[in-house]
Amino acid sequence: MSRASTSQIILDAGQISQTIDQLAGEIADSLPAGVPTAVIGIRRRGEVLAGRLITALGRHGMNGIRHGSLDITLYRDDLAELGPQAVLRKTEIDFDINGMYIILVDDVLYTGRSARAAMDALVDLGRPKAIRLAVLVERPGRELPIQADFVGARVPRQDVPVTVLLTESDQIEEVRVG
Amino acid sequence: MSTNVADSQTSTPAAQSRPEPNATTAPADGLAPASDGFTWKRKHLLGLEDLSAEEIMHILHTAESFQEVSTRSIKKVPALRGRVVVNLFFEDSTRTRMSFTLAAQRLSADVLEFNTRVSSVSKGESLRDTVRNIEAMGVDTFIIRHPAGGAPEHITRCTDCHVINAGDGQHEHPTQGHIDIFTIRERNGRLEGLNVVIVGDIAHSRVARSNFWGLTRLGAKVTFVGPTTLVPRAFEQLGARVSHDLDAALKDADVVNMLRIQRERMTSQVFPSTEEYVRLFGLTRERMKKAKPDLLVMHPGPINRGVELASDVADGPQSSILRQVSNGLAIRMAVLFLLNQTSNGTG
Repeated sequence: MSRASTSQIILDAGQISQTIDQLAGEIADSLPAGVPTAVIGIRRRGEVLAGRLITALGRHGMNGIRHGSLDITLYRDDLAELGPQAVLRKTEIDFDINGMYIILVDDVLYTGRSARAAMDALVDLGRPKAIRLAVLVERPGRELPIQADFVGARVPRQDVPVTVLLTESDQIEEVRVG
Repeated sequence: MSTNVADSQTSTPAAQSRPEPNATTAPADGLAPASDGFTWKRKHLLGLEDLSAEEIMHILHTAESFQEVSTRSIKKVPALRGRVVVNLFFEDSTRTRMSFTLAAQRLSADVLEFNTRVSSVSKGESLRDTVRNIEAMGVDTFIIRHPAGGAPEHITRCTDCHVINAGDGQHEHPTQGHIDIFTIRERNGRLEGLNVVIVGDIAHSRVARSNFWGLTRLGAKVTFVGPTTLVPRAFEQLGARVSHDLDAALKDADVVNMLRIQRERMTSQVFPSTEEYVRLFGLTRERMKKAKPDLLVMHPGPINRGVELASDVADGPQSSILRQVSNGLAIRMAVLFLLNQTSNGTG
């Protein structure tokens, strides 16, 4: 099946930017006072989104938020099935996450397995006060009891794949369905 | 030799590739595919001679990611949970074995220790039978050190498990080679164009060979230095420079790797007296004055202090000896991780 003929752009660059700003607004309203906060992105596109969220949070008056990147390759439950494709990247969290309020960021929430792996990876690094999940796009098809706390856009259909492309990682900026 | 090692003259490709995984394993939840587009396919790690520059670099990059794991308070990740790694050492080794064991444990694999002194090898069991019996218990990876070159390759033909060469005779010691290359690159930021001088008993050294293959493939220049009896001119045909004058070789060196002098060879006829060796080929602070001020001093350990390496040099600011040991863990984690992602017979 040719993807190009059936796929459809649901968010363009401007809409992605608006969506991130709206997510930042919701996150800013929810942040507990006096608790150190970090935005941690799941490699690789969650990492890009985390960086943009921190900038957007600054516009909402939230400064001093730490930025981290999490590689979940070693925590995936489908490592054996991934075969030789899995590429390990660095986890870069150069602060102590104990007691922190953590916003975990990914591009798409689908099965929930990446979020599960990310939570396992985080708790190996320490004991955060709370972990919240923020995603740019949510798609039905959960295989684990995991839901996002902050959702940018919802795709109602389960049977179509969602592709997030960001300038920093893909040289294009759009979200496609199908 | 009671063990039965087939000759490794026929240079069949050591690695076995598997077919591409089918498309249904496409990453879910937006896991990015490798932007570098490189796919690790080898099931075994037998040496650096067969590896492409890309493969060597992939191991180094993967090891960089594993360095972070060793800085955590919980130094363990679940990647190889339920896998079994066997240390099959037919030669004495403390640090290599410990390093492999710790690397496997940090990946959550279980580790079996096979000790030849108390094993049925002393009762005359062949290498093939030993391996097949252990494999029948349900293991995934053999880490083998053996006095006969080619023994690990022979084992790949007796088993479906992954095989990692931890040193075979005078052939190769690939993880040590990767460690040394990783350490040089970490310090110098590059490998291309560097002058690496390797000093000692080159003729009998598997570390020298693994370093040579890898460094050459990545664009560094290797000079072998030592007494004429221990550094045959034949190495020039492989593209190495050969010298018997350490002072001359050190002049434009960026890195000097001092190999350990085996005590059993010091008394042999090919070896000069220890005093003469120290005078001609020992690295001292005095000798380093004529070298580049940022010369990197390496040694794969264990050191004979006062023989190949003066104590103050070994402990000095230009020495990377302990860094090599730390990096060894990351390299071995990377190798165990990469091999175990490819097909395995028992999994």
